[in-house]
Amino acid sequence: MSDERLVVRKTYKLYIGGAFPRSESGRSYAVVASDGSFLANAALGSRKDLRNAVVAARNALAGWSGATAYNRGQVLYRVAEMLDGRRSQFADEISSSEGTSQEAAAASIDAAVDRWVWYAGWSDKVAQVAGSSNPVAGPFFNFSVPEPTGVVGVVAPQSSSLLGLVSVLAPVIATGNTAVLLASETRPLPAITLAEVLATSDLPGGVVNLLTGQVAELAPVLAAHRDVDALDLTGAPASLVVELERAAVSNVKRVLLPQACEPDWAEAPTPRRMLAFLETKTVWHPVGL
Amino acid sequence: MDSEAMTTVPGRSGPPGRLELQRTPRPLGGAVGAGSPAVGEVLAEVGRSEADLRRFLHGLPGVDQVGAEARAASLATRSIKTSSKLWGLEMAVRMIDLTTLEGADTPGKVMSLCAKARRPDPADAAVPPVAAVCIYPDLVPVAKRALAGSSVAVASVATAFPSGRASIAVKLADVRDAVVGGADEIDMVIDRGAFLSGRYGLVLEEVQAVKEACGQAHLKVILETGELATYDNVRRASYLAMVGGADFIKTSTGKVSPAATLPVALVMLEAVRDFAGLTGALVGVKVAGGIRSAKDALRYLVIVNETVGEAWLDPSLFRFGASSLLNDLLMQRSKQLSGAYAGREDFSFE
Repeated sequence: MSDERLVVRKTYKLYIGGAFPRSESGRSYAVVASDGSFLANAALGSRKDLRNAVVAARNALAGWSGATAYNRGQVLYRVAEMLDGRRSQFADEISSSEGTSQEAAAASIDAAVDRWVWYAGWSDKVAQVAGSSNPVAGPFFNFSVPEPTGVVGVVAPQSSSLLGLVSVLAPVIATGNTAVLLASETRPLPAITLAEVLATSDLPGGVVNLLTGQVAELAPVLAAHRDVDALDLTGAPASLVVELERAAVSNVKRVLLPQACEPDWAEAPTPRRMLAFLETKTVWHPVGL
Repeated sequence: MDSEAMTTVPGRSGPPGRLELQRTPRPLGGAVGAGSPAVGEVLAEVGRSEADLRRFLHGLPGVDQVGAEARAASLATRSIKTSSKLWGLEMAVRMIDLTTLEGADTPGKVMSLCAKARRPDPADAAVPPVAAVCIYPDLVPVAKRALAGSSVAVASVATAFPSGRASIAVKLADVRDAVVGGADEIDMVIDRGAFLSGRYGLVLEEVQAVKEACGQAHLKVILETGELATYDNVRRASYLAMVGGADFIKTSTGKVSPAATLPVALVMLEAVRDFAGLTGALVGVKVAGGIRSAKDALRYLVIVNETVGEAWLDPSLFRFGASSLLNDLLMQRSKQLSGAYAGREDFSFE
């Protein structure tokens, strides 16, 4: 009998509504390492998977945006804990897909954990920064409070497979939005492992829905979907951006445009990404009656 | 029954010599349903006494439960795409009985429902109106006024809906009330207690009496299949309702779970098909309760087409009792036409 053990290869699936379904289309594609060797098969999501993901995100919105900001912060902190507990798996996946050393991978995992903690802290503080009490000439209290935009479609960065992903996802959900996320097309494995982390972190099903597949196939459907309220195009190829923006017009989505080249995700974050997906509600309250 | 009747399956228009036969003994209760003279023959056979009726109903072939469920499941996998899908979606819209049966129904809610029934998609005049609105009897006059001049019918539930627990006098008063109010269609519930305890004659008499009280109004008989326990019972209740003179047989009130399911619809459609072969009378089927997605609706249309044939793909012979289904149909239709998925706020809530 041979001493060689048969390697158990993972079959990666989608993450929709808190469950891990295969693609409705039954399609999959080969994910290869930076050196071209075969890593695993991932599901090749279809437009119907995307539709299901949007339905799940919409259904999760009321519960997630209605939860207290403190509670959301606790859940995000829990995500950081769970991610930290699986660092060896992430390190393998990041170094093989990005072609970096184990040390560099470990550093990006540290940064990803810190990023979750940073946004976890922001979730019950963003209202103090983005909101205000406004002086008005009349017997009224006047408040402006930030509210989540709704269902946000996110095209994740194509090269930074974990840190970049966390840097675009965490600010969206920290403030109470729900997300439909298109993972990096060529480096989806850390994203799916992150989905497994999210599924075990008290995050209600449907708050984050993750699809793997071709950005060029899925992003236009996401941009045209009238039940999506905002788009983060950070990982969209420059050739697609104009088309996506145009499709987003039909229901006046908020669109966060990508920068000219992928930013250095290791840099300290700012609240910019959170503020991009907040609406301002202003209320007038009579004084003293 | 003489030998001629035993061997001949009566057609829609029998030979003149058969006229004699149709005057053979009247069925239980006296009122003959469904207009077709051939129905009288079946009635004559089954309705002479409670024992005859029981023998007839229990003599019906049993339903193969596993087979029915497998058949329904296999038909449900059929894929309907592009132009066929668009046709199916619009047909499903035309087949809807837009329903509100809540204790909290107000005249205002019924009027907005009626507006939606007349023109389901205000942004697109090409969407056909639905078949009917289905409401409680006291709101019939409101709906009648709101729907004046349109093709949309007013259907009213009656006979102590949804439980059916009242005396026959109360039930008939309920029906007359709805008919006087202007209802075009009456959705009655059968007495499940009587049916399940084997008092078939009582159920038959009730259906016949309600049919008589309906006058010109169409009668839909709700079997409440969720309470009938077996497919055999569904088949028996279907025949019982059809013999009693139902213009439609309907699965459920929507108040009991499970409501409409594909296998139940299959069994009822087979009963309708066999009844048509036996008597020539075309009886409609209405599925109600729990049908919320366009995909479900298309599955029912496939089952209709494969079981009773194209003739039933018409609002006069097949209906959906639903409310939220309509919005999903409209969303799918706009997806077919525009290519982009619609938002849930693009269409009015009920």
